[in-house]
Amino acid sequence: MRTVIFRTVAPYLTSLMVLFSIFVLLRGHNEPGGGFIGGLIAASAFAIYGIACGVQAVRRAIRFHPMAISGAGLMMSALSGVFSLPFDVPFLTGIWSQTDLFDLGIVLSTVLFFDVGVYLVVVGAITSIALALEERETL
Amino acid sequence: MGTGAQSMTFFALVLPFLAALAAPALTKAFKHNAAWILALAPAWIFFHFAGFLPEVADGSGVTGGFQWVPSFNVNFSWFLDGLSLTFALLISGIGTFIVLYSGGYLKGHQHQGRFFSFILMFMGAMQGLVVSDSFLMLFVFWELTSITSFLLIGFDHSREASRRAAIQALVVTGLGGLSLLAGLLVIWNITGYSELSLLLLTKDALRESPFYLLALVLVLGGAFTKSAQFPLHFWLPNAMEAPTPVSAYLHSATMVKAGVYLVMRLNPVMGETVAWETILPLFGGATLLVGTLLAVRQTDLKLMLAYTTVASLGLLVMLTGFGSDKAVEAAALYLIAHSLFKGTLFMVAGLIDHEAGSRDITKLGGLRKAMPITFAAALLAALSMGGLPPFTGFLAKEEIYAALGFADGWSGFLTLVAIAGNALMFVIGFAVALKPFLGDMPKSVEKAHEGPILLWAGPAVLSVLGLVLAIFSGVYHHYLSSPMSSAIAGNEIHVHISVIPHMGMPLLLSVVTIAAGIAAYRMIDRSRALMDRILTTIGWGPDQGFDQVIRGLVRVASGVTRVVHNGRLEVYMIVTFILVAIALILPMLVFDELPEMPEFPDLRYYEWAVLVIAVIGLGAVANANDRLTAIVCLGIQGFAVALIFMLLGAPDLSFTQFMVETLSVVILALVMTRLRLSPADHRPPAERFVDISVAGLCGVGFGLLMLKVTQLPFDTTLSEFFNANARVIAHGRNVVNVIIVDFRGLDTLGEIAVVMIAGLAILALIRIRSGKTATHDPEAEKA
Repeated sequence: MRTVIFRTVAPYLTSLMVLFSIFVLLRGHNEPGGGFIGGLIAASAFAIYGIACGVQAVRRAIRFHPMAISGAGLMMSALSGVFSLPFDVPFLTGIWSQTDLFDLGIVLSTVLFFDVGVYLVVVGAITSIALALEERETL
Repeated sequence: MGTGAQSMTFFALVLPFLAALAAPALTKAFKHNAAWILALAPAWIFFHFAGFLPEVADGSGVTGGFQWVPSFNVNFSWFLDGLSLTFALLISGIGTFIVLYSGGYLKGHQHQGRFFSFILMFMGAMQGLVVSDSFLMLFVFWELTSITSFLLIGFDHSREASRRAAIQALVVTGLGGLSLLAGLLVIWNITGYSELSLLLLTKDALRESPFYLLALVLVLGGAFTKSAQFPLHFWLPNAMEAPTPVSAYLHSATMVKAGVYLVMRLNPVMGETVAWETILPLFGGATLLVGTLLAVRQTDLKLMLAYTTVASLGLLVMLTGFGSDKAVEAAALYLIAHSLFKGTLFMVAGLIDHEAGSRDITKLGGLRKAMPITFAAALLAALSMGGLPPFTGFLAKEEIYAALGFADGWSGFLTLVAIAGNALMFVIGFAVALKPFLGDMPKSVEKAHEGPILLWAGPAVLSVLGLVLAIFSGVYHHYLSSPMSSAIAGNEIHVHISVIPHMGMPLLLSVVTIAAGIAAYRMIDRSRALMDRILTTIGWGPDQGFDQVIRGLVRVASGVTRVVHNGRLEVYMIVTFILVAIALILPMLVFDELPEMPEFPDLRYYEWAVLVIAVIGLGAVANANDRLTAIVCLGIQGFAVALIFMLLGAPDLSFTQFMVETLSVVILALVMTRLRLSPADHRPPAERFVDISVAGLCGVGFGLLMLKVTQLPFDTTLSEFFNANARVIAHGRNVVNVIIVDFRGLDTLGEIAVVMIAGLAILALIRIRSGKTATHDPEAEKA
C-alpha cells in the first residue's frame, strides 16, 4: 500500500484531518460534531499515517503512548465533573464562565473539558488498536 | 450530642484509614519506631470513646451520623451503647498495643510499612463494624474486615501455606458475609427499619414474622463463619499462618468476635425463641468441645491458642443462646476477659518465637530466667484463662456456672459441656504459660533473652489489666459489664459478682473444673498422643472437605468451559446470532405483535439511488469470493445507510456512521492480515447458505422491531424537554451533543471508560498473539 503518491500525500492529509477533527470537536456544542466524532476522525487520520509511513513515525509524532492519551482523557472528563461540587450542585453539572480576552468573548465551560476528554479517550483507544494491528503488517 | 462531638466521632472512624495511608511513609522515615507515632491513632480513639463511658453507663445510647443516600434511606450513622462501646474500647485499646508490638515483631522487615497499613485498615474496619447503626454500613465494614484479614493472613505471600490460608479465610467469611447481607435485607423488609438502634425498639416484630427462621438462618450464616463455629471453624487455625500480631489481634481479640457481636446485638429482637435457644447452644457447645479437644493435640503454641479461641467463641455463642440474664452477664464478662488473656498469650507466643526461635512446646523450656517479664505476663494471663481468683477470668467462670447450673436436663448438659471445655482450656492455658518457661533449657534456646519494650508492653499491660479490672470489680461492672449485659439482654442488668468467692454451686463447679484441669495437665502428653491417634484414624476433617469442595468447583467450571467455550469462532458467532434472531422474532410471533406493513413511501430518485447502492452492497457481500472484498462491500452498505441518515436529517448520526464504517473496514482489514487466513473464502455452499440465512433472519428481525417501535405511540416528553432546554440550561444548539456531554454526562463518562477498557483489552489480546514476533521488534515491545 505504500505507493509514492500515498506516502507523499499522507502527511498533508493527516494534518488536515487532525485539524478538521479539532474543528468538529469545538463546534460540536452548536453544530453537528462533538468529541466522539472528532475522535474518530483523528483516529482514522493516524491510521492512514500509520499505513502510509509506518507505525514508528506515528508513535514518534504523537509522543505519548495512545493508551496514555486515552487514560488522560478519561481522567479529564471525570475531573471536569468534580468542578461542579464546590458550587453545591450535583457531579457533572456544567459550570459556565465568560472571559473577555483581547475583546473576544470566550465562553469556557466544564462541558467543553468533558468533551475534550471524550475526544482524547476515543482517539487514544482506537489509535492504539489500529497501530498495534498495523505493527505486524509492516514487519 | 453536639456537632463537635459528632464530627470527632466521625474523625475517630476515619482516623485509622488516614493512619494507614501515612504508615508506609512514616515507616520509611523512622523504621520500626514509626510504631510509637502510629499507635497514637488508636490511643486517641480509645480516649475519645472512653469519654462516652459515663453517658452510656447511665443507660442512654449515643447515636449520630450523616445522611448518605437519602433517596434510599441509607445513612452513615453510628450507635454507641454498652455493647458497641465495650467492643470499640477493646479494639482501640488492644489495637494500640498491637501496633507497638508489630513495631518490635517485624523490626527490619522490608514490608513493615505495608503491614502497619493493613493492620490499621483492619482496625478502622472493625471499629466501623461495631459502632455501625445502619445495616449497609455494618455490611460494608463486615466485608472490609474479611478483605483486610485476607491481606494480613497472606502477608507472607511467598509461602503457599499463607496463600491457601488467606484464600480459605476469604472464601469462608466472604460467603458468610453474603449470607449476612441477605439476612439483613430480610430483617429490613420485615421491620421496615435499616438501623440497629430503631430495630431494637421493635420488640416482637421479628420473632412473630413468618420469615423469622429465614432471617435467623441467614444472619447466623454470617455470624458462624466469622466466629469460626463448628463445622466452619477450620479457617481460623489455618489463619495462624499470619504474623503473630495479626493472630493476637484479628484471630483472637477482635475480628472473630464480630460474629459473636452480631449475635449479641440481635439477641434482644431475635432471641428467646425455641430456634434461637436450640441452635446457638448446640453449635456453640459443639464448637467448645471440638476446639478444646483439637487444641490438646497441638504442640505449636499458636495453634494451641487458636483452637482454644475457637472453643471460647463456641462458649460465647452458647451463653448468648442460652438467653437468661445470668448467661448474658457471663458472656459479657467472658468476652472481655478472653480478649485480655488471649491477646496476651498470643503476644507471649510471638515473643517466645521471636526471641527463642521456636514455637514448638516440646522444644522449649527453662526460659523463666531469660524472659522474666514475658513469663510474668504469661502466668497472669493463664491464671485468668484458668478461671482462678482474683482475675477477670474467674468472674466470668463463676457467672457461667451460676447461669447454667443444674436447673433442668438441658442446662445440666450444657454445664457438663462447659466444665469439660473449661478444664481443657485450663490445661492449654497453663501448658502455654508454663511449659516454655519451666524445666531444663534445651541447647537450641540458650541465647534467648527478654525482648524489647515494644514487644512486652502489650502483654504486660493487658495481663495486669485482667487483674486490676477484677479487683476493682465495682468500677468494672458499672462502666463496662453492666451496660454491655443490658445491651445484649435488652433490659437493665446490674452485674454484682466480685472476686471474693461465695460458697455455693458455682464455686463448687469451679473447683471441679480446676481439679479436672490439673489432672488433665499432668496427662497432657498422653492425651495428645491419644488425640493424635483418633484424628489419624478418622483421617478427614472440614479442612480437607474445603479442598474437596474447591477442587470439585474447579472441575465443574472447567468442564462447563470446555463445552461452552470450545474455541471455534464460527460456532460462537452462529449461536450468538441465532439467539439474537430468536429473541427478536419469537416474541412478536408468540404474542401476535407483528407490525402492520406500512404503505410504501413515495421516494425521490436520489433516495432510490441510495437504496439501490445498499442492496448492491449486500449482494456483493453475499457473493464475494475473498474476505477482503466482503469487508469492503460491507462498507458500501454502511455508507449507504449513513447517506440515508443524512437525507432524513440526522447529520450527527450520519457523521458518526461514516466514521465508524471507515474505521471498521480499516480495522477489520488489518485484523484479516494478522489472522493469516487464506484470502479466499473456502466455505462450502451449504455453510454459506446457513450463514446468509442467519444474517438475513437477524436483519428481518431488526427491521420488524424498528417498524413496530415506530408504530407504537411515541412519548415525546423527553425530546420536548431536551429541545426546550438545550439552549436555555445547557447553552447549546446541537441537542444531540448537549445530551451526550451534559444532560446524560454520567452515561457518557461510563461509556468512555468502557471504550478505554475495551481498548486496553484488545491491545492485550493483540500483544498475546504477537508474543513471538515481539523479540524481533523491541521498539514495539517498549511502546
